[in-house]
Amino acid sequence: MSENATPRKALLEVDDVTIRFGGLTALDSVSFDIKEGEILGLIGPNGAGKTTCFNVMTGVYQATSGHVRFDGTVLRKLKRHKITKLGMARTFQNIRLFKSMTVLDNVMVGADAHSKVSFFDALFRTPRHRRTEAEALARAKDLLKIVGITARHDELAANLSYGDQRRLEIARAMATGPKLLCLDEPAAGFNPAEKQRLMQLIRRVRDEGYTVLLIEHDMRLVMGVTDRIVVLEFGKKIAEGTPAEIRDNPAVIAAYLGVDEDDAS
Amino acid sequence: MMAGMGSISARWDRVVDRYNAQPKIVKILWVTLLLVIAYAMPLLRPPIITTNSIDFGTVMFRVIAFALVALGLNIVIGYAGLLDLGYVGFYAVGAYTTAVLTVEHGSWPFFLALPLAIVVTMISGVILGAPTLRVRGDYLAIVTLGFGEIIRISVNNIEWVGAAAGIKNIPHPTGIGAKPEPPFKQGGLFEIPRLEWNGLVPSFDTEHKSAFLAFGSRDAVPYYWLILTVLILVLIGDRLVKASRVGRAWEATREDEDAAELMGVPTFKYKLMAFALGASIGGLSGSFYASSQAGYINPQSFPLLLSMLFVAAVIVGGSGNRWGAIAGGALVAYLPERFRDFADYRLLVFGLALTVLAVWRPEGLLPPRQTRRAKAAEAEIDALEEGDLEETPNV
Ligand SMILES: Nc1ncnc2c1ncn2[C@@H]1O[C@H](COP(=O)(O)OP(=O)(O)OP(=O)(O)O)[C@@H](O)[C@H]1O
Ligand SMILES: [Mg+2]
Repeated sequence: MSENATPRKALLEVDDVTIRFGGLTALDSVSFDIKEGEILGLIGPNGAGKTTCFNVMTGVYQATSGHVRFDGTVLRKLKRHKITKLGMARTFQNIRLFKSMTVLDNVMVGADAHSKVSFFDALFRTPRHRRTEAEALARAKDLLKIVGITARHDELAANLSYGDQRRLEIARAMATGPKLLCLDEPAAGFNPAEKQRLMQLIRRVRDEGYTVLLIEHDMRLVMGVTDRIVVLEFGKKIAEGTPAEIRDNPAVIAAYLGVDEDDAS
Repeated sequence: MMAGMGSISARWDRVVDRYNAQPKIVKILWVTLLLVIAYAMPLLRPPIITTNSIDFGTVMFRVIAFALVALGLNIVIGYAGLLDLGYVGFYAVGAYTTAVLTVEHGSWPFFLALPLAIVVTMISGVILGAPTLRVRGDYLAIVTLGFGEIIRISVNNIEWVGAAAGIKNIPHPTGIGAKPEPPFKQGGLFEIPRLEWNGLVPSFDTEHKSAFLAFGSRDAVPYYWLILTVLILVLIGDRLVKASRVGRAWEATREDEDAAELMGVPTFKYKLMAFALGASIGGLSGSFYASSQAGYINPQSFPLLLSMLFVAAVIVGGSGNRWGAIAGGALVAYLPERFRDFADYRLLVFGLALTVLAVWRPEGLLPPRQTRRAKAAEAEIDALEEGDLEETPNV
């Protein structure tokens, strides 16, 4: 799947995006794109603007200038839930699950993203409700199996271990049926064995036809799993290329030198 | 005391679990039995529970009316997490719409006025919610609080709806069978005597009979039957809607509005839906209140205090649990009537009881099972979590 030679359609284009918070320019004329079916890594030191980039893409923030095009649609001013319905889903760096809902219901909420079931469908238990509910349930159970937390489906999300919460976030995002899955530091706090399993999971997700955008501090993980990498520093894109190219890029090495690294853990 | 209260929900859990484990036929028998007891309650007049200084049928009507209101408000507060402090406003809109249509400016039968009252209340909910629910924060609480007062002050000053004098002679619902003929004939298809207790010895009281089904001004029991039926229907609807994508969308919005939105939930739409739905159930209750036994409403029937009692009912019962809401509504209506003998002190006692409850059991008598599980797990984690720095999430 990951043959880099064949030119593929860009699924997401970030085009000259700038965003300012008061005097701080969190993203400064950043452009890159993500091709269909690839795993793109987005890296950079703390505060480089990676999460902000996610937030602009998913409609949490409006870019000060520039625009984001997803699957042919310019996202400017589009409501956040509509962006999700277009096929972009994300996880959160600081986990944001629906804590007092069950694990299964968390995923079901994601699976409802494309549901056409109305209040009256639910009240009168129409065939549409039943069909959609059955599909959502099957989908949710599948995803729980894929991320490996099936046994805990009836547990409250709040009661999961930290790692399982991260897995649940991935399952919930995947349940929305995205074309592009954006993962914001999914391995934060994982031990090496868990990271290994996460890498496998990400590859598997890609093999199922998803495109993946991955923010990650752990260089080994990023280098091992991504097809291409975009590097941000102080809101600017300083490099872009294959893992091998990035590894040898002097600008990247400089950016990471002396920076208090997370990936030591 | 604390352990005693904690065990209420534990015991309730066990009851629910045991019920769920029964075969279908046993379940049906249980439900039937409970329904019979519920409908017969004001006729059975069990000792201790029965109020002495005030007609028990009237109290039971009030109890169910409050339970219905709490059930509606639970959708808004418990499911969707929206603090609505002006619920009495919707109650009043429902009551006044009914009164205006049936007697003040029309002569519609009650059962025609009822759906319109519901629709009007729902529209008022949409008008109030649409601009307010877009904004996060405490605006909703403030706006709804104002709404409750504005409605009361408005009807107090608008001659068209009777101003301070209110509206009287609101017609009763149409019954089944013969019409009641004052002073003695109750009407209906048949009459059922009630029980009179002499200590623990019951006997039939043939002087006080309740008619199935005629709505007069002497007996509250038929009204009780009617509103109990409505409560059961709303309860079933609540259950169906909650266990669907609609219920999940409400809960997700309550839990984390941003995350919900990013998972594809149109949160504004669902907040508005919960708000308008809650409003219309408030209107429904108000409509029944207007056409009840007394057939009389005035602005003083809808004080701010009532809104607070409604919210208290939901919170006391356990926000987010429909049975908790019903229990809360029932208690809030029942306790002051039962302890009427305390006369002037009864509100004080009631307030104290609420305070005690808020301190000892902030999640209510019957919180949703999930909250309970979360609490238990939290305590467990707190106990375990010492020096476990590795797993601290970096926010
Ligand atoms: N809402 C906001 N208001 C003001 N400043 C913000 C806001 N969001 C982000 N920033 C700033 O923008 C910069 C980029 O932050 P961002 O969270 O995108 O970094 P990051 O690359 O994800 O870092 P980390 O690796 O620590 O997660 C930071 O300086 C941050 O303080
Ligand atoms: Mg970040």
